[in-house]
Amino acid sequence: MSVFELELKKGKFVISECLTCKDVVWPPSEYCSICFEKVNWRKSDRIGKILEYSKKGDMFFCLAEFEKKIRIIGTLQVYSNQPEIGKKIKLDTCEVHGGNYNFTMTLV
Amino acid sequence: MNEIAIVGYGNTKFSREEIPVESLLLNATKSLFDQNPNLNQKDIDAVLVSTNDNTKYLSAILSELAGIQPKTSHTVESLCNSGTNSVVSAYSYIASGLADVALVVGAERRNSPGQILEWDNSRGEFKHPIFWGTIFTKAHKRKFGTTEEDLATVSAKNHKYAHDNPNAYSNKIYSVEELMNSKILTDDLKVSDCSRPCSGASAVLLVSEKVVKKYSDNPVWIKGIGQKTLSASFTKNQDFSSMSSTREAAKIAFDMSNFDPNDVDVAEIHDAFTVCELMAIEDLGLVSKGDGAKFVKTLYETGDRKINPRGGLIGSGHPLGATGIAQIIETTQQLQGIAGKRQIENAKVGLVHNMSAAATSSTVLLLKS
Repeated sequence: MSVFELELKKGKFVISECLTCKDVVWPPSEYCSICFEKVNWRKSDRIGKILEYSKKGDMFFCLAEFEKKIRIIGTLQVYSNQPEIGKKIKLDTCEVHGGNYNFTMTLV
Repeated sequence: MNEIAIVGYGNTKFSREEIPVESLLLNATKSLFDQNPNLNQKDIDAVLVSTNDNTKYLSAILSELAGIQPKTSHTVESLCNSGTNSVVSAYSYIASGLADVALVVGAERRNSPGQILEWDNSRGEFKHPIFWGTIFTKAHKRKFGTTEEDLATVSAKNHKYAHDNPNAYSNKIYSVEELMNSKILTDDLKVSDCSRPCSGASAVLLVSEKVVKKYSDNPVWIKGIGQKTLSASFTKNQDFSSMSSTREAAKIAFDMSNFDPNDVDVAEIHDAFTVCELMAIEDLGLVSKGDGAKFVKTLYETGDRKINPRGGLIGSGHPLGATGIAQIIETTQQLQGIAGKRQIENAKVGLVHNMSAAATSSTVLLLKS
C-alpha cells in the first residue's frame, strides 16, 4: 500500500513532491514523473478552489484544485452560499472506503 | 510505404443480451468470412482481438475456433478505443512487412469491466463515467451556452439514424422534447445523453497493397493515423470543454494524409455522451469551437448524415472493444457506396474518432475510397 493510501486511511491528505524538480507529483507516486528521483511526502494544503461542479439529487459534487496541481472530485457540502467556479473550498475529510477514496469539501 | 486497405468486415447485432465473449468474437468472424468468399483461413498472418474482457488468451482462442493458425496473435486493451488501437497495430504489422493479411475482431459483453477505470482515484467515489460526462457537459454549457435542447438534438439525431442500422442496439425514434424529459441522472446529464454498454462484436480485414486485388475490387485505404495519450487521470484534462488529445491526434492524422477537415465527407464520432459529439466535431476542426450545436441542429433538421450515420454510440450502443471497429466498418461502407439507407452521396473521405477515459487518449483515422 502506498504512503498516500496509508495516510489517507488515517484521514490525512499527503502528497508526493520531488525535491529535485521542486514540483508536486500528482497523482501520488513513489517516483517523480520527470526525473525518476524518489519523492518526499508532505501534508497538502487543504484549501483549494472549485474548477467545476454539479449536483446529483440533493448532493453537490465538485472538481477541486489544490496547490495549483492536485485535482480531485469529491462531495461538496453546501449550507448557505451556493458554489461558484473559482470559489475557495476546504478539504474536510478524506478516507478510503470499499477501495474508493472519498473526499468531502465545504465552501470556505 | 506499403499502402494498407480495408477489404472485409463482419458485425453482430449490438444488444443487451448476455453472450459469451468467445461466441461474440466467432460470430463477427463468421460474418466476415461469409462476406469474403476469397478469404481462406490460411491467408491470415495476424489475428488481433480488441476487448476489455478479463478472459485470457482470446486471440488464440478465436484463432482456434475459426481454424486459423496465424503468425501473430494477441489481445489489445485500451478501454473505449481498444478497437482503433487494434486496427493501428494491425496496420503496423502490415506496414512493417511482418504480415500481409490481418484479421481484427473487437468484442465486449454488456457487463464489461472496462466501463470504470478503477485506478483513477483522483475521481474519488465519482468513478462512474456519468460524472466525467457531467463535468464536460457543465463546462461546455458554461463556455459556449450549450442548452439541454442542443444536447437532446444530438441524441434525437443519433437515435433517428440508428433506426436504419440493422445492428443497432436502439431502434426507437424519439423527439427532442421526449428526450428532454428523460430521466435525470445529474443536474447536467440525462439518461438520453448517455451511450449504453451492450454486447456486440465487429471484425475487419486489413491487407497490404500487394494482395489487395485477391479480396476486393472496392478497397478502402487507410490514409491517415493520429493518436495521442495525455494521461490516464480524467482530472489531468486542462480544459473540460474540449478534448486536447483529440485535437492533437487529428493534427497528426490530417498531416499524414494531406487531407484537411474540409475534405471530410463523413465522420464517425465517439459520442459517449451527447456533449462529446459537440466537443469532438469542434476539436477535429469540422466546425469552429462553439459552433457544434448549431451544426448538429442543421444536420438533424435536414436529415444530413455527415456525422454518425449509423447512429453513433448513443443510437447503436457501445460495446467498448467493438466500437472503434464498428465505426471503421460504417465509414468503409460509406466510402464503398454500399451503406443503403444511410448512404451519404458521393462520400470519398471518411474520418473515425475513437477515444478513451474522458478523452485522456484519442485515435483519429482518415480513410479514402
